[in-house]
Amino acid sequence: MAVGETFPNARPGWLAERTGLAAARQGDRAALARSLILLLALVLGVTVLGSLATGPITVPVLDLLPHVPKLFTAEELPASVSMRDWVVVTEIRLPRVVLGALIGAALAVSGAVMQGLFRNSLADPGIVGVSAGAGLGAALFIVLGNAALAPVMAVLGIYAVPIAAFAGGLINTLLLYRIGTRGGFTSVATLLLAGIALGALTGAATGLLVYVADDQELRDLQFWGLGSLAGANWEKVASAAPIILAMLFATPFLARGLNALTLGEAAAAHIGIRVQRLKNISILLVAAATGASVAVSGGIGFVGIVVPHLLRLTIGPDHRFLLPAAALLGAILLIAADTLARTIVAPAELPIGIITAFAGAPFFLWILLKNRGLSGL
Amino acid sequence: MTALARSHETPVCEDPASRFLSVGDVSVSIGRAGIVRSVSFTAQAGELLAIIGPSGSGKTTLLKAITGERSYSGRIELAGRDVRATSPEDQAEIRGVLPQASHLSFPLTVAEVIGLGLLDLRAGRPARAGRIADALHKVGLSGFEGRTYQDLSGGEQQRVQLARVLCQVWEPVSKDGVPRWLFLDEPVSSLDIKHQYQIMALAADYARRGGGVVSVMHDLNLTARFADKVAIMKQGRLLDHGPVENMLESRKLSETFEAELDVIRSGDSIHVLCRE
Ligand SMILES: Nc1ncnc2c1ncn2[C@@H]1O[C@H](COP(=O)(O)OP(=O)(O)O)[C@@H](O)[C@H]1O
Ligand SMILES: [Mg+2]
Repeated sequence: MAVGETFPNARPGWLAERTGLAAARQGDRAALARSLILLLALVLGVTVLGSLATGPITVPVLDLLPHVPKLFTAEELPASVSMRDWVVVTEIRLPRVVLGALIGAALAVSGAVMQGLFRNSLADPGIVGVSAGAGLGAALFIVLGNAALAPVMAVLGIYAVPIAAFAGGLINTLLLYRIGTRGGFTSVATLLLAGIALGALTGAATGLLVYVADDQELRDLQFWGLGSLAGANWEKVASAAPIILAMLFATPFLARGLNALTLGEAAAAHIGIRVQRLKNISILLVAAATGASVAVSGGIGFVGIVVPHLLRLTIGPDHRFLLPAAALLGAILLIAADTLARTIVAPAELPIGIITAFAGAPFFLWILLKNRGLSGL
Repeated sequence: MTALARSHETPVCEDPASRFLSVGDVSVSIGRAGIVRSVSFTAQAGELLAIIGPSGSGKTTLLKAITGERSYSGRIELAGRDVRATSPEDQAEIRGVLPQASHLSFPLTVAEVIGLGLLDLRAGRPARAGRIADALHKVGLSGFEGRTYQDLSGGEQQRVQLARVLCQVWEPVSKDGVPRWLFLDEPVSSLDIKHQYQIMALAADYARRGGGVVSVMHDLNLTARFADKVAIMKQGRLLDHGPVENMLESRKLSETFEAELDVIRSGDSIHVLCRE
């Protein structure tokens, strides 16, 4: 303030004012966060179009764009549109892009919620064994869905695998919370070590299923274990979308509570947060979204840790903005990684989990190194 | 005189119970140990009550029982309502709590930390920013909005937390005339002498303006200077409580702290010294 009066030219520039950079220097990063969310939404749009256009055959996506509403009506396509392009985009690439966006958003938001809940930036469903629990639940149905579990499968239909994955993820999250948290404090070391042990235990149980699986199921299991969006279709979208969308729309209501939790559980209660309810809902949402993602795409790691971390560096830890921004950036990164996965070794495909691990694991190590000494590890 | 002026500005709640914190036969056990044993007292809005006593005498635990952090047996009523039966939202409306130590899990800016105390979400951004600046001014940290909380010294962090608590219960009396309360656990223990006086004066002023203040105190001279009432704890029991001039008395303090303490009175002021 005083500086501005002495040097009239020191006022923040137009761009800094508009984007919220100026306010961010005053400690208020809300405007900056809004700008970033807008930018991410634009980038997501571009990423979607780019991914739809990319593949063995190049499709003029922009020409098809005006006809997209015809997906939902029975209207005829004009002759100018190539039927082949249309089918490639709407039946092969679009479901895959939509699934990628949903799962990227679910993983990133799950990570952010879990980190807020455990008050620790290293908590992530993949790292602490929640995904492994979901994996066991899903694998049970992949292998036994036509045998012992057939009656359940008949009742639950396409939701059987996501629901089983949800249950598996929930059990591991609850166990982890019990083990890793004492008096509202989570020790990083306990959390990570308990997560590793739980993950290993659940992984071993999943491994046992290999002995009762037939050849096809075995291939399914293995590919799915590495994480992949191959085989995406509208049915898979339909099975995961309701759960993930419900979670994405519910999380904004958690934002204020998670912000308060930054102060610790007691202080959060003092400013009027029902802490136990917040914890219960958060755990349910994380398990549901992780379960739905794992059920359709297997174990895609590190999205939940990289995305929230990058965002906190730029817009800070305010969950009102962190959660929507994480959904967008998670979607962008996963669509981009998947596009890479299906083109880099074409005509073959890499499991996308390999790509996210190659990018994410070093990043995770970097966070660990940066926090070494701080986290008492 | 001041009371008259006050009643002119703000309505006064009809219910006399709304002016009191009443603690009746409260005990807290952790495991099998009785940490607080059968404590009873009443505090009144408009006064600063200091809780003193040796380390480990149960002062923090008593405060935690009152603020809902510890389960207890007995009865605690704030503003005429059983605290156990009052929702966290309603309690947050009428009382703020400054814990003995605070640790943030993520790096927030000072403005963001204080903003957590601004419960009135309808307040527009300029109003919020103005309130944050006012609160920072009160705790002597003007211009700290953009600093990262984790980079501050312990004393600065404590004052930021106090600013947050102040924002939560900014007006000492609510629109309905119900007094608001500050519960402070050693609010000045990591501050330099200038800020110790500044912060205690702030707390005393909150009480002068009609709010209630209950503060755990380490420093007996600050207690003498700023408290209206004093409660003395030892080994989980309330030894005595009453007006500050009656409580800060040589024999009583020496017995409580198991040290030879002299109390020197000159005019209005009281000083406590420790003999070797
Ligand atoms: N969580 C706990 N578990 C076991 N003992 C505790 C716990 N919290 C406090 N105590 C014990 O209760 C006694 C009173 O503690 P406290 O209320 O913090 O004292 P004060 O604030 O007066 O220094 C101490 O002996 C302390 O060791
Ligand atoms: Mg204490």
